[in-house]
Amino acid sequence: MTSATIVEPKDAHPGYPTGLRRWLVTTDHKDIGLLYMGFSAAMFFVAGMLALVFRAELAAPGVQFLQGSLYNQLVTLHGLAMVFAFIMPFATGLNNYLIPLMIGSPRTALPRLSKWGFWLLPLAVMVLLIPFFLQFFGVGDGASQASWTMDNTGLDMQSRLGVDFTIVAVYLFGISSIFGAFNVIVTVLTLRTPTMSLWSMPLFCWGWLVVAFLLLLVVPVLATAVGLLFADRHFGTHFFIASGGGDPILFQHLFWFFGHPEVYIVVLPAWAILPTILSAFSRKPIYGYKAQVYSYWAIAFLGSIVWGHHMLAQGLPLMENLYFMYATFSISVPTSVLIFCWIGTIWRGAMTFETPMLFALGAIVGMLIGGLSGVLIPDAGAYSQYHNTMYITGHFHYPFFGAAVLGMMATVYYYLPKMTGRMYNESLGRLHFWITAVSFNVTFLSMMMVGLAGMPRHVVDYAIKYADWNRVISVAAFVLGAAQLIFLYNVIQTIRGHGEKAADKPWEGAVGLEWTPSSPPPS
Amino acid sequence: MLIESEILKMLRKSCLSFLLLACLGGSAYADWAFNFQPAVAPLADDALRIHNRFMVLVIALFVSTMAVMAYSLFYHRKDKGFKPAIFTGPTTPTLWVLSALPFIGLVFVDYVWVGVPAYYAAVTMENTQEGADLVLRVTASQWKWQYEYPAQGIKFVSSLSTPLTQIYQGAAKGDNYLLEVDNPLVLPVNKKIRILLLSSDVMHAWSVPAFGVKRAAVPGFLRETWVKIEKEGTYRGQCAQICGTNHAFMPIVVEAVSVERFAAWVAKKKAEQEALTTSAEKVWTKDELLQHGQGIYEKICISCHLPGGVGIPGVFPALADSKIVNSPYQDASGRLIKDGHLDRVLNGKQGTAMQAFKNTLSDVDIAAVVTYERNSFGNKTGDVLQPVLVRKLR
Ligand code: HEC
Ligand code: HEM
Ligand SMILES: [Cu+2]
Ligand SMILES: [Cu+2]
Repeated sequence: MTSATIVEPKDAHPGYPTGLRRWLVTTDHKDIGLLYMGFSAAMFFVAGMLALVFRAELAAPGVQFLQGSLYNQLVTLHGLAMVFAFIMPFATGLNNYLIPLMIGSPRTALPRLSKWGFWLLPLAVMVLLIPFFLQFFGVGDGASQASWTMDNTGLDMQSRLGVDFTIVAVYLFGISSIFGAFNVIVTVLTLRTPTMSLWSMPLFCWGWLVVAFLLLLVVPVLATAVGLLFADRHFGTHFFIASGGGDPILFQHLFWFFGHPEVYIVVLPAWAILPTILSAFSRKPIYGYKAQVYSYWAIAFLGSIVWGHHMLAQGLPLMENLYFMYATFSISVPTSVLIFCWIGTIWRGAMTFETPMLFALGAIVGMLIGGLSGVLIPDAGAYSQYHNTMYITGHFHYPFFGAAVLGMMATVYYYLPKMTGRMYNESLGRLHFWITAVSFNVTFLSMMMVGLAGMPRHVVDYAIKYADWNRVISVAAFVLGAAQLIFLYNVIQTIRGHGEKAADKPWEGAVGLEWTPSSPPPS
Repeated sequence: MLIESEILKMLRKSCLSFLLLACLGGSAYADWAFNFQPAVAPLADDALRIHNRFMVLVIALFVSTMAVMAYSLFYHRKDKGFKPAIFTGPTTPTLWVLSALPFIGLVFVDYVWVGVPAYYAAVTMENTQEGADLVLRVTASQWKWQYEYPAQGIKFVSSLSTPLTQIYQGAAKGDNYLLEVDNPLVLPVNKKIRILLLSSDVMHAWSVPAFGVKRAAVPGFLRETWVKIEKEGTYRGQCAQICGTNHAFMPIVVEAVSVERFAAWVAKKKAEQEALTTSAEKVWTKDELLQHGQGIYEKICISCHLPGGVGIPGVFPALADSKIVNSPYQDASGRLIKDGHLDRVLNGKQGTAMQAFKNTLSDVDIAAVVTYERNSFGNKTGDVLQPVLVRKLR
């Protein structure tokens, strides 16, 4: 069987486009979801490759093959691509595919808008990457070197072309995610099956509803920030340039007003799907459903008023530093309510450990370490030892990779039988999990260690005393990267029709409307 | 199935042992530091104390949560015949109280156990002026630090001194690789030093972990922090804010010395600077200028314009065969030519990485480096720029 036949809906109604045309003209929510997921998964591998390139450079002290400028460009592209081209669109893909099934609707409310959102992505990625390649043909000076936070770009960072292209790309990514957000809000609020109240819809829908509102709140602020930056760079304004009366710190305020909630935009979809998976493999209902919904809203609210904890080293006034510290501490409460509820869900269940469950459990641990390592950082009395060190890098990969990516992998394994009609290879799935879990933790725990010892982030080269940890980080990062190839192989084999036929409800303990239609669901 | 699980086990094992090997095998440096550098100043003491207070509880929270999870994973399994419960929340008042306890504990940890000492530490950190004995002005620029002691009338530039061969060509690395500078900052111990931070181009951050100091230098604004070093010794730090291509090569070295030695150092530095002023008045020979100029070039200009003045096309212009370098810098009536060679070095070019060296280099340095550039890399202008002229034109 070929890939086309198996993902092709079983009972496609007559006239349903096939082949390439199907992907271009479709308004089917599942096809749109698959487009999003396929594209962003590819971006995961691209951005991961970038990380491996600069990890190879960092494996030993000395500058081996990347000079500082290329190093900075790769780090910047890695960060931007992972956040904007992988995680956010992947979560959007999941919502397009799953939410209608979960709420018993044949469609999303605004499929065409959602499709627009998708087609902006390849364009945005191209805009992001073009300057990087142009430099090898002697045009411009490469991609932005300013890190994903775009610091210092109001002034000169020696990347003229790159920063401008990044600004345009961020705009396109932003429009795309706003389109996605509208689609979610209208779908969830209007297309639920009549018997499903808001308080009985799956947590994933709640999680995405919160994310959608967060996007509407913060993406326009990011757009404003980079818009003003563009004006500074080309129209002679001085919003962020001190010599004209502007303030470079203002850019950071605007960026982080987006940037901190962005963290929750990245992890909330994964947080919201975890209880469903945990409950399925514990054969026990979700613990604390309402508590979790309230926590999402609390986190969204609190998350929007704590951005300054990223700026403690910038010399804000004392009162601001204190406010941002205490405000940030408060987020630890709703976050631990979530972890409490996840553990409450498996507690006294009858657990089995299929791959989705392994990844879901891994995501709990990832979030636990991410949260616990993070609560130290906003401390206005100790920040000087954490900020802009590798400790930060190690820390934030826990929520990003440890919670969001592992959570999405759990989701993929969980729904793959539904999406393809075939079971994936369980042994390969477990192998993938164990190698990922070990190498992931070795990579990022070591980063935290070397960061506490004082190694700064964003550096192409480092002092001798950091060499041991860095070698370990690089080796583990390569193992981590290689493990994802197992995942890729497993998913492709499943799509191609290897593996047993999946029942409509392949998991004994699964509940929810999404298991009623056939596997794969008809279009 | 059996074979599969065997293979699985083997792979898992070999993956683990591979990682283990990577960790332990051939540990060339054997330096697995994972805690803060030893604290030698009040702010670093505070940070360390708070960190330890917090870390102990964070680890305790982690271990206890993992223990609960592990218990559940071990006993509540289908293959042990465990029958699933159906509760979806705390069912009795006792359970409600029990489930609230961890959160009350968490609030206590956040706002009392850590929140209170953090408050005092943050207040102390901002108390930069009270009782300050000495003022130090630090001006950051791409990729060096300028230190100025206004009261003592001393000013000098401090930049990376690690040879490029160690960085780029794999030459054997010294102990302080990347953490060494040409002119270290010298400070007296047991004196409160108020540090003013400025930047002449983009944002940087002055950071010395042993002092517990990390603060941004923001162009156009004044930032400040302070340190009181409690122990003599050499302390090292790095720029902590990505600031461009050579952000990794912007170290900070502080020598903390006794008050007496500090006074001696101040006297010596002052004498040196006076000698420099007088030497700017004398007439230099071409060879002297070339030799001195080569030193300056290799210390400062080489990071962008590269050895041999070849530059990087499209980013840093080549100085070899450059039109600017090979044209006059002074017009017929003796005025500085705008965008000429000397003007470019003195005043830089706004909006590019070529900064003004007027404030960081002395007359002699500028005269020497310009003379050097005009007579090297195949440039053959043959002329000699005297320091006195630089003084007149700057
Ligand atoms: C941070 C990088 C950097 C450093 C360090 C640097 N330059 Fe430059 N330099 C530049 C750039 C970029 C330009 C091009 C400016 C422009 O766009 O015209 C330039 C231009 C020049 C030019 C004009 C060349 C031409 O053909 O346009 C001269 C002369 C020059 N630099 C001399 C020096 C000297 C002397 C030093 C050391 C004291 C030095 N530079 C250090 C980046 C640097
Ligand atoms: C193979 C897996 C990965 C490895 C080895 C890796 C490695 C790294 C390293 C070493 C850095 C810091 C570079 C520096 O500061 O010098 C970094 C930065 C970053 N990574 Fe990753 N990463 C991985 C996966 C991810 C994922 C899945 C995400 C997110 C969704 C992510 C998001 C980021 C971001 C946002 C940055 C910050 C970039 C910046 O500072 O501009 N990474 N990564
Ligand atoms: Cu944040
Ligand atoms: Cu820097």
